[in-house]
Amino acid sequence: MNQIAFLPAREDVLSRRKIIIADLAELLPAECLVHEARELVPFETDAFISYRRVPLAVALPKTTAQVAAVMKYCHRYKIPVVPRGAGTSLSGGAIPQEDAVVLCLSKMSRILELDYPNRTAMVQAGVTNLSISETVGADGFFYAPDPSSQLACTIGGNIGMNSGGAHCLKYGVTTNNLLGVKMVLVDGTIIELGGKHLDAAGYDLLGLVCGSEGQLGIVTEATVRLIAKPEGARPVLFGFPSSEAAGACVADIIGSGIIPVAIEFMDKPAIEICEAFAKAGYPLDVEALLIVEVEGSDAEMDAMLKSIVEIAGRHSVQTVRECQSATEAALIWKGRKSAFGATGRIADYICMDGTVPLSKLSYVLNKTSEITDRFGLRVANVFHAGDGNMHPLILFNANDPEDAAKAEAAGNEILKLCVDAGGCLTGEHGVGIEKRDLMRHQYNDVDLNQQMAVRSAFDDGWILNPSKVFPLEGRPEGRQDA
Amino acid sequence: MQTSFTAEQLADPHVAESEKILRRCVHCGFCTATCPTYVTLGNELDSPRGRIYLIKDMLENGRPADEEVVTHIDRCLSCLSCVTTCPSGVDYMHLVDHARVHIEKTYTRPPVDRLIRSTLAAVLPYPRRFRAALLLAKLGRPLAPLFKRVPALRPLGAMLDLAPTSRLGKADTSARALPPVDVPKRGRVAILAGCAQSVLDAGINEAAIRLLTRLGVEVVTPAGEGCCGALVHHMGREEQALDFARRNIDVWCREMEKDGGLDAIIITASGCGTTIKDYGHMLRLDSAYAAKADKVSSLAKDVTEYLATLDLPKLEPRAETVAYHSACSMQHGQKITLQPKALLRAAGFAVRDPAEGHLCCGSAGTYNILQPEISAQLKARKVKNIEATKANIISTGNIGCMTQIASGTAVPIVHTVELLDWAYGGPRPAKLG
Repeated sequence: MNQIAFLPAREDVLSRRKIIIADLAELLPAECLVHEARELVPFETDAFISYRRVPLAVALPKTTAQVAAVMKYCHRYKIPVVPRGAGTSLSGGAIPQEDAVVLCLSKMSRILELDYPNRTAMVQAGVTNLSISETVGADGFFYAPDPSSQLACTIGGNIGMNSGGAHCLKYGVTTNNLLGVKMVLVDGTIIELGGKHLDAAGYDLLGLVCGSEGQLGIVTEATVRLIAKPEGARPVLFGFPSSEAAGACVADIIGSGIIPVAIEFMDKPAIEICEAFAKAGYPLDVEALLIVEVEGSDAEMDAMLKSIVEIAGRHSVQTVRECQSATEAALIWKGRKSAFGATGRIADYICMDGTVPLSKLSYVLNKTSEITDRFGLRVANVFHAGDGNMHPLILFNANDPEDAAKAEAAGNEILKLCVDAGGCLTGEHGVGIEKRDLMRHQYNDVDLNQQMAVRSAFDDGWILNPSKVFPLEGRPEGRQDA
Repeated sequence: MQTSFTAEQLADPHVAESEKILRRCVHCGFCTATCPTYVTLGNELDSPRGRIYLIKDMLENGRPADEEVVTHIDRCLSCLSCVTTCPSGVDYMHLVDHARVHIEKTYTRPPVDRLIRSTLAAVLPYPRRFRAALLLAKLGRPLAPLFKRVPALRPLGAMLDLAPTSRLGKADTSARALPPVDVPKRGRVAILAGCAQSVLDAGINEAAIRLLTRLGVEVVTPAGEGCCGALVHHMGREEQALDFARRNIDVWCREMEKDGGLDAIIITASGCGTTIKDYGHMLRLDSAYAAKADKVSSLAKDVTEYLATLDLPKLEPRAETVAYHSACSMQHGQKITLQPKALLRAAGFAVRDPAEGHLCCGSAGTYNILQPEISAQLKARKVKNIEATKANIISTGNIGCMTQIASGTAVPIVHTVELLDWAYGGPRPAKLG
């Protein structure tokens, strides 16, 4: 896979490598700077492993002040900076480039304050998503957005990509659960946006920052909403004879005004993969499976389930299985959330992230199979059906360059299909490097130029994560080589 | 994950195996989150994913190991928490084993490091030498603070700190314990006497033997067995490890041929269990031993794993509350998670699970000697989580964890089988005071 270009490495930066490293060593403690050639290699990619670039250096700051010092320095000498959390991006958001300093916040992983009366938590950006819920769980709270990689991914990365997750159908994605950030601007200035309230006076800059893929600044601290745990929660498995039937059922559930906490979809290949890892007892004799989670009091759950079962009946549902215990529920979710990684048991894969209107779910699923069939590739579908956020996993052999190229081409067709069906390129993984060159399929020049103008307002020299999000052609004058 | 090895490189069966393991990894990063060193240090190079990448780069390029790679592989506890977490089933254990052997063969460590490692490898696996060394350590303890001031000598300081102040056990001697005549015989097993545990805490195997025989199981300790090889195996000293393995296999195979055969090989230190269960793999290329090693591995059982098959009667609730610490080699290495707690509950103990139970206590074989700083941080974290349960006894299934945790808390720590022996009619463990 080499079809997506990175910005050419700047000779003036590469030639000053030694000086830059010596300068960074002045700004950071020894254990916070990685610069030996061998040690840089493991930072060359994230979870979008098809693309790799060994960075110039990796900074692992422990404080916001250190982040600011590094940014101030890199801004002064126009050195590209690629922010990184846990490096779990599926769109290559954290893949560096040869002339870049990776600014990795993995050492900033403390929970700073829990404010239960106001239902907020203040955390450092390198805290993992799940550790927030784990910390507040015993007190009856949780942090709602739950990307499948929540075990490992960081809040900083979640903010960068405006991450979602299975339970976002009811609770919203990161932007709906983020109240404030401390952020280092490109020149090292430290600013605070938002606070502990749902809205802030003046422009909603927090909304702008969330999902900006590390191009507007480096978030070092975040204040997030805590939500009280429901009285009860129950995942229910619905098995269907075809993907179309399951897709149509989802559209019908949402169309009838019912919003469960989560509606997750798995087709047969995905069910088999997940069952092999989690042994959750998913039905293996169905073509498609929906995991529908309802929550509330027993009466509330029963009432909602009754309506959903009725709707499913109209779509020739084969099996309905209510989860019987907390252990079983945990396994059902463990299997679902490990789906991508577990796919590694049978093949290499790339994971798409298109979102479509629910009424088009069945159509897009069908077309996706047509596309992968045409390329002679296998596909497994496992995704957040309730909000139409599809994740076809295209399976291929990474040691076969031809196969890899086919997978990438098929992926591009599928994403264009999502856009053409009235949806968008990315539901939660971000544009990163993966979908950058498809942005013109989504936006016309006027719309895209407006986004780039905002980017320039924050980072005039385009040094932050410069190879990402915006196609290399047509960037503002003089920025291509930023 | 894409790999690039030449056909020539893949002709080496060890490289071929590592290549297969690497191909499974999809670089998702889940493993970082549950890795004790990543959680402590926050640097991907000290995470499974980072180490996998370092190993891949080293092997693909056919390079000898270098200081950078060695630093990060040395920091790996081999706790295998990553293996439990990994959704795609990357066999990190055998990959890091291969890397350690590669390091041992291609890298020259600094003199002090070499000396310490050679000493450990020459002393710990041999009970008589180890006992003598511990007696010396008692005399040397006042020197510990001095050693700790010199970075290169810190492992010596850590070693002195770990030497127990209490009485030492007797050397292993061949023995045979028969069930009482009025109890129906339920099986015949060999118990591993092993090495360090027999010196540090002979009471563990005594309790296991008492309990098993009371339940109708004949227990033999055949002469000639000894260290399982785990200790040197984790240092990359493969030939020495395989020699230990072959010696034990010979002893147990002879025992299998005797009247009654062997229903199981009982292990009371889960660190050893993980390695003995891997003998089949370790000796897969040795045609004279491969089959026998497989047989031994399939018979190897942790004592709790075996006890769980004996349907022990359920007892009345007791007053003691037990914090169960699952050793990494137990939960990650052998995937034994339910049986020890179920046995304790059936025996009447109230069992509590400390938070962050998946994280290593920092013992990890010789890790607490070779990496004292990281080990101390992990110990403090573990002790804090255990003490938060407010339990009045800690129970675990591995001597390494017992020594490590005991050095950080006043709560008494005993082997699970000692509590079970006590509950089912044996003496109260002396460590409970």
